[in-house]
Amino acid sequence: MRWRAEKHTPYLLLSPAILTILFVVAVPLVFSLYTSLTPYRLTKPDSINQFIGLRNYERLLDDTKFWWAFGRTILFLTIALNLEFLLGLGIALLINRITWGQRTLRTIMMFPMMFSPILVGFQFKFIFNDNIGILNNALQSLGLTDGAIPWLVERDLAMFSIIFAEVWMSTSVFAILLLAGLFAMPKDPLEAAKVDGCTPWQVFRHITLPFIMPFAYIAMTIRSLDVARAYDIVDVMTGGGPAGRTELLWTLIARVGYDNAKMGQANAMAYVSTILSILFTWYFFTKLVAARRYMGGAA
Amino acid sequence: MTSLHKRQVKAVLTWIATFILMIVMCVPGLWVVLSGFRPNREILAKPPVWIPEDLTLDNFAAIFGLSDAQVAIPVIDYFANSMIIAVTSTAIALLVGMSGGYAFARFRFGGKNALFLGLMLSRAVPGIALSLPVFIIWSHLGLIDAPMGLIIVYVALNVPFTIWLIDGFFRQIPKELSEAAQVDGCTRWQAFWKIEFPLARSGIASAGVFAFLTSWNEYALASQLTRSTDSKTLPVGLMDFTAQFTIDWAGMCAMAVIIIIPALILTFLVQKHLIAGLTFGGVKG
Repeated sequence: MRWRAEKHTPYLLLSPAILTILFVVAVPLVFSLYTSLTPYRLTKPDSINQFIGLRNYERLLDDTKFWWAFGRTILFLTIALNLEFLLGLGIALLINRITWGQRTLRTIMMFPMMFSPILVGFQFKFIFNDNIGILNNALQSLGLTDGAIPWLVERDLAMFSIIFAEVWMSTSVFAILLLAGLFAMPKDPLEAAKVDGCTPWQVFRHITLPFIMPFAYIAMTIRSLDVARAYDIVDVMTGGGPAGRTELLWTLIARVGYDNAKMGQANAMAYVSTILSILFTWYFFTKLVAARRYMGGAA
Repeated sequence: MTSLHKRQVKAVLTWIATFILMIVMCVPGLWVVLSGFRPNREILAKPPVWIPEDLTLDNFAAIFGLSDAQVAIPVIDYFANSMIIAVTSTAIALLVGMSGGYAFARFRFGGKNALFLGLMLSRAVPGIALSLPVFIIWSHLGLIDAPMGLIIVYVALNVPFTIWLIDGFFRQIPKELSEAAQVDGCTRWQAFWKIEFPLARSGIASAGVFAFLTSWNEYALASQLTRSTDSKTLPVGLMDFTAQFTIDWAGMCAMAVIIIIPALILTFLVQKHLIAGLTFGGVKG
């Protein structure tokens, strides 16, 4: 009897979590899949009963705006995540060398991580403002430029500004976790390698890097869980402008779904972005699990 | 001699790099905070005023409706909404997360890994994509523009990560402790509250802080599921300032300070546990 009870306990303990996720995520996603097969518009509630098959998805294939936003999102994420990883690694190695004030530096590094994305967006809207922003003011006071640089108005600069804000917000995640990896690293192999005459690069490449990679995967997994928070930044900084040049998949979804009230079409787009995010998270999570198994074997 | 020289140069370069890094990390935030205490005319001044001549609390008085210069934005309501929603959803997420985290840390059961992965992936759904169906369903349930509507959503957003962290903290506690207590006549329930919970308490607290901050900072879902002062949170309220024809930079900066302060205090308090939780729970699983 006791054994039977024991068998059901974990499921019982997990049931609140499962029910919440079913109610708030799983059921809405099923509903969203259905909605994406209808021409549903918020202004015409009856249109939700009209089944049109995959027509919304077919329309996406011809929708240049969608593909531009799709491509831009991929580009944005590729640049931002690679920069965050490289900068985070650099920062972690840098702080690891410092012997005095290390903990204070680490605390300061945590702060961007805790900023609301909407605040990060606002902060950089303020700083990159062409008229009153501290950046243009500084550049002009130093005599580096005469005119005001239109950071958020010129299309390439606007994209740059958004990536800057994103990298500023999220590099800390990588830096802190990689630093934790460096702290946890045993010192013996490093010294042994030095005695054996390895160059610093060889030590880094073959000892340090493999050891801290699981920590990088944790960071990647945490990041991939909420890549879409870049939506907040873009929404407040440029709103997708100028002329749609910073439109990402997520801002496009909001525009089509809420501003144009085309819920069916927006849900089809949302499905594409959801699948993208899930694949991304899944990829890094399996990497993490594999690395974890490897670490477990070593420890 | 040359090696000593080289080492000195290296140390100086390290410090210069660290200094630049800290400036890039701190100045943007500090500039916003500082501007919250400056009058709007000084922020807008051309040529720029670099050293603040006039620090005031007027902006805060204005957004809280305490001065003559009224700002038509009900920050007090937003603050109250944010607090109620964040605290309630955190409390519920912690209970759900403790129960789930304990299950993952202490039991073997069928479908364990799949379930864990499923929970994690549920968190990966972009907020704005999730908001579309939730918006439609919530409007049928009367949960639009109601704090309860957001609380439910935030519990679901926080559960996966809370479970991840708490699972990690429970794993750190040797199983033998609670087994010994059970041998001595405690029930499993008693052993949990008397042994495991007190030991994992600081870790659970940091998971709570993480959940609180997620709810406190969330924008994509809140911006669509709220309409009025009944449920609008601070991040959504911040956008009120840009909706006006001219941006009230000083007011916005003051409001930014109000959003930042609780986040900074909480982060500072639990940073050590947070790092331990993220790495231990993640690596030694």
